[in-house]
Parts: sequence; C-alpha cells; structure tokens
Amino acid sequence: MRSNVLRHNLLTALLLGPATAWLLVFLVLPFVAIAVFSVGERAPEGGYQAAFTLAQYANLPARATAFWNTMVLAPAGALACLLVAYPVAYYLALRAPERWRLILLALVVIPFWTSLLMRTYAWMYVLGGRGVPALLAYVGMEDVRLINTPGAVLLGTVYGYLPLMILPVYVSLERLDRRLLEASADLGATPISTFLGVTLRLSLPGVMTGFSLVMILLLGEYLIPTLLGGGKVFFIGNALVDLFLQSRNWPFGSAIAITLVAVSVVVLLAANRISTRLSGARRVDLI
Amino acid sequence: MTAVPDIEFRGVTKRYGSVIAVSGIDLAIPPSAFVALLGPSGCGKTTCLRMIGGFEQPSEGAVFIRGHDMAGTPPYRRPVNMVFQQYALFPHLDVEDNIAYGLRQARPRLSSREISLKAGEALAMVRLAGYGRRKIHELSGGQQQRVALARALVNKPAVLLLDEPLAALDKKLRTDMQIELQNLQREIGITFVLVTHDQEEALSMSDFVCVMNGGRIVQLGQPSEIYDEPADLFVADFVGKTNLLSGKVVGLSGKLVEVALADGTVIAARKRTSMAQGEAVSVSLRPESLSLGAPGSGRLNGLVRNRIFLGSTAEYAIEVQGIGTLLAKADHLIGGGNLFKPGEPVAIGFAAGTPLAFPENNGTNQRENKNVEIIS
Repeated sequence: MRSNVLRHNLLTALLLGPATAWLLVFLVLPFVAIAVFSVGERAPEGGYQAAFTLAQYANLPARATAFWNTMVLAPAGALACLLVAYPVAYYLALRAPERWRLILLALVVIPFWTSLLMRTYAWMYVLGGRGVPALLAYVGMEDVRLINTPGAVLLGTVYGYLPLMILPVYVSLERLDRRLLEASADLGATPISTFLGVTLRLSLPGVMTGFSLVMILLLGEYLIPTLLGGGKVFFIGNALVDLFLQSRNWPFGSAIAITLVAVSVVVLLAANRISTRLSGARRVDLI
Repeated sequence: MTAVPDIEFRGVTKRYGSVIAVSGIDLAIPPSAFVALLGPSGCGKTTCLRMIGGFEQPSEGAVFIRGHDMAGTPPYRRPVNMVFQQYALFPHLDVEDNIAYGLRQARPRLSSREISLKAGEALAMVRLAGYGRRKIHELSGGQQQRVALARALVNKPAVLLLDEPLAALDKKLRTDMQIELQNLQREIGITFVLVTHDQEEALSMSDFVCVMNGGRIVQLGQPSEIYDEPADLFVADFVGKTNLLSGKVVGLSGKLVEVALADGTVIAARKRTSMAQGEAVSVSLRPESLSLGAPGSGRLNGLVRNRIFLGSTAEYAIEVQGIGTLLAKADHLIGGGNLFKPGEPVAIGFAAGTPLAFPENNGTNQRENKNVEIIS
C-alpha cells in the first residue's frame, strides 16, 4: 500500500521532472537574475554591477515614449485584431457550411507556416514607396506615407496575430449550444438581442483568451515596430534591445523588463476576472 | 361555428434536399387541447414542432397559429414558446434571469418590478419558489425541467411546445412530471403540443394523439381509440405491446374476416380496410386480451416459456407450435391465483372481436417476434 503510494509519487516526479527543470533553468532563474539586475547599477564599462538601489525604477519615465507606445498600441492592436477576428470566427463557427469549415480554418492557420519575419518584410514592401503609395500616386494621390507610421505598426500587428485571436474565439463559438440561440429567439429576442445577450456573453472566455494572448505578445513585440515603424514607433521591446545590446545598461533594461512582466500579469488577471464574471461559467484559467 | 384552431397545418411538406421529412400534413389542433405528436425517430414529428416554433419553414403549404399564416414570421414574433429537449437553459444566467429572459424582450418594456413579480409567480407555479438565485448547473434534472417550463409559460404563449421534455428524466420523476404537466395544462388552459417517441407518455398525458410515420400522419384520435382501434399495422405495432400473427384471408363476412394462421388454425378477426380472399394479413392480438386456461380449453395451445411476475399481473411468453412466441398478460389474482409455470402446457383463448386484421403489404417496418424482444 505504502510502496504503491511511493511508486506513484516517484512516477509523478519523474514525469514532471523535465518540464520543471526546463522552467526552472529557462524561466525562473533568468527571471530572478533580471530581478536582481534591476536593483543593481550599470558597471562603468557596461553590464551589471552589484548594488541595491531603486534608481533604475525611478528612471523609468526616461522611456515614457516606449511605454506609451506599447501601452496604447498593444491594447489598440489587440482590440483591432478582435474586431477583425470576431466576424471571421463567427462565420466559421456558426455560418460556414460544415464541409468547408476545416478548409477555411486551415486557411486561417496556413500563414503561420511562413515566418513572421518574412511576412512582415512583405508588408514593408507593400506599404513602402514602391507598394501601395506608388499605386495611389498613379491615380493621383501623391505623397501618401504608409510605412513607418503607427498605422503601419497597427496593421502589421493585426495581420501578424489575427490567427491567434480567431482560434480561441472560434472555439468558444463552436462550443456554443445552438439550441440556446433558438431558445433566445423563441423567447422573443431579436437577432441583435440574441447576439448581445447570449452569443457574445458566452463567447467571452474565448474573446478574453484571444485578447490577453495577443495583447501580451504585443507588449513584448519587437519585430513589427522595427520593420514597419522604422524606429519612429518605439516599443518597449525595442527599448530593451537597445538597452541590453547597444548601451549595455543591463540594470535599467531589467527594471523595464520587470515592469513589463508586472503589467502583463495585471492584464491577465483582470481579463480572467472579467470573463469569469460575465460568462457566469465556472472558472476559466488563462494562465 | 367552430372555434379557430390554435394550430393548423395545411398541406405542409418539408424537404431537406432530396429527403422528405414531412409530407402533405393537414392537421388542426383545437384550443385548450393537450396533443401528442407520437412516432419513431425520423417520423417528422420534431420537424412539425419546429415549423410551429418558426425554426423551420415549410417547403410547401402553410402553418397557421390562431388563424394567422405564419409564413415569414420569425420565431421571436410567434405567440408560442418551446420547452427544448435538454431544456437549453442559459448557463450564464441564474434561475430568475432565465425565467425573466422572455419578459425582458417584451416591447413596450415591462418595469423591473413587474418582471420580478411575474418571474416569482412562475417560479411558484413550478414549485421552485426560493430558487431564483441558483445557478443552472446547481439544479437537478427535474428542477431544470421546471425552470424550462416556467421560462416558457411566463410569457403567456398561445401554445406551449414541448420537445421530448421528459426524455432526460428517470422513470420516477417522469411519472411525477407527467401528472404535473397534465395539471398545469388544465390550470392554464392553453394548448400543449408534445413531441415524444414514448407511446406510454403520449397515451397517458394527452387528449389527442397524432401518430406519425414516414413524414405522414397515420392516425389521429383519443388515446383509447389509438390503442383499441389502430388504423393500421404500424400503429397497432408501435402503440402498446401486441402480438402480430401472419396468416391468409380464407373467408369474408361483413366486418369480419376469417384468417388461417400459419399452423392452420382459422380465427375470426375484425378488419379496418377492405380485404381480398387469399390476401396476406397480420392479426394483432393485445397481450391483455388473451386468456390462459387448462390445455384444450382455448383456441391455441402452447407451452409457457417465461413468466414475468409484475405484482398485480403476470406476463407470459408462450410458444405456440407453428406460430411463434406470443405474449400474454394475465390478471392472476382473478381466477384463484392460477399462476402458470415455465414448461407447463396452456391453452390460449380470446374473446370474439378482439383480434384485428391488417393488410401486410402497407409498407410498415414489420418486426417479427417483437414479443420475444420485449421479454428477453
């Protein structure tokens, strides 16, 4: 009896071991290192020098623009993504003919098979001088600037993360019991009331999952602002690269990174709260 | 002048692609009736109900509710409410908000005081007062069933539609709910249209039973008519238990036919349709119309194979040479408690006029030795 329990525990430990070790070495340890760095000082020649000071955190306003851009463009990007993704997911889950559904879903995912870098480069050319602006100039609209604007960054993020938004929303809509929609109509609700009162409410867990997923990825986004924002639309991710690789101010970079993690956690918890409360379902964990 | 029917089907056909689900149905349901649409799965009964609710549109013909043609009227503008199979309660709303859902859709708007008052009354009507703030998943199946009823009835529909409402309940609860539904219907006085594949449920609850098969109505009548005077072989077989014996018509005399059974015995049976000499027929004999006695005293002789003791009655599976196994139901308390034992020879008798003969070739799915299935 006891040896059974022991064996069971040993097996559990063995199965969980690799994942635990992985998380410990590649997540917890670096995180601790970053936390320690963030209260340290920049060594004269760059890098880290042991100390205990909150000066790095006090210095955060120096990167206010990067924070501002991130804090505005990440939620805006996630929201724009949601607005585009919801109708697509709705169509896929509730309207598309059964036999087309899988094919259409595959079409949503297929762009993921090409690296985001390549696809963003493609957008660079589409939005750049010889792309859409050239086409517009041809019909008489001269001097339209698309590349290196916040709009271009927003477009790039929506494009890049759309599948990540569509899939969770699709899943929550697909699981929706169709009879609930009929019941709502039966009880006198117009299609709009049914959508707001039943469909949207019950798909909120998917919406919140997609929203927080995309938002968190956008908080750490580096590639899209670099390529499509041309250094003019600076994200926290860009600030981090700059601080760690260029000016070698590790402690300041660490303080920014820690702040970013803190913000992400707050966003996740808030999203979880909202979706649990509104959908009335039992707890849906996002993390 | 006759009253306007609550529900009327006029020549209604419903096709899904090349499949015909409902075929040329004419049906008028009088006000304040409890009507059951009864039939095996795929007979078109649910499609009919959904056409009343507005979830399906007839391919041909029209559905009228209280004299109004419902063509083009969406579900949310129809004066009917439905109790869905497995109830379809809103999981994100509590009991009271589920019940108030329909009231909140009313235009002009009702005051919130009025809404909670009506919802409270509806809860009390289904004996769930005090459950208003419960979550749906905290309720038992029977309680959910009542919430679904209250949610539909609170809107004061002209007709209540019930789609297999008792299918998910256990037997005891089902019997309770049957009585409760009957009482509710009498109290409120509106028409109930019940869809079920359970003939016992249909017979026990409703004023009228509409038996459907293959997208058509095969018989419409009071439960006793359906049971005692089935229109055809399908109804005789589907409603209640019966013994079906095949034979050939050997004589005709008025409303009776003489049928020679497989073992050569000739019995007289009533016929519902015209029959010709030599035609293959099935004779239906209800288990309770058979009487058992000492060998030689009846019309057929057989051996008791199984006995199922049911308290006040007992059911016997009796093997008759050349015919097959017959099911007999005997009230054993009458007649001095003469219980027959398996292996014992018995004689089977029946009163004149109880056997019913049906033509065999009317396209019904015949099940031979149905009785054996029931017993084993």
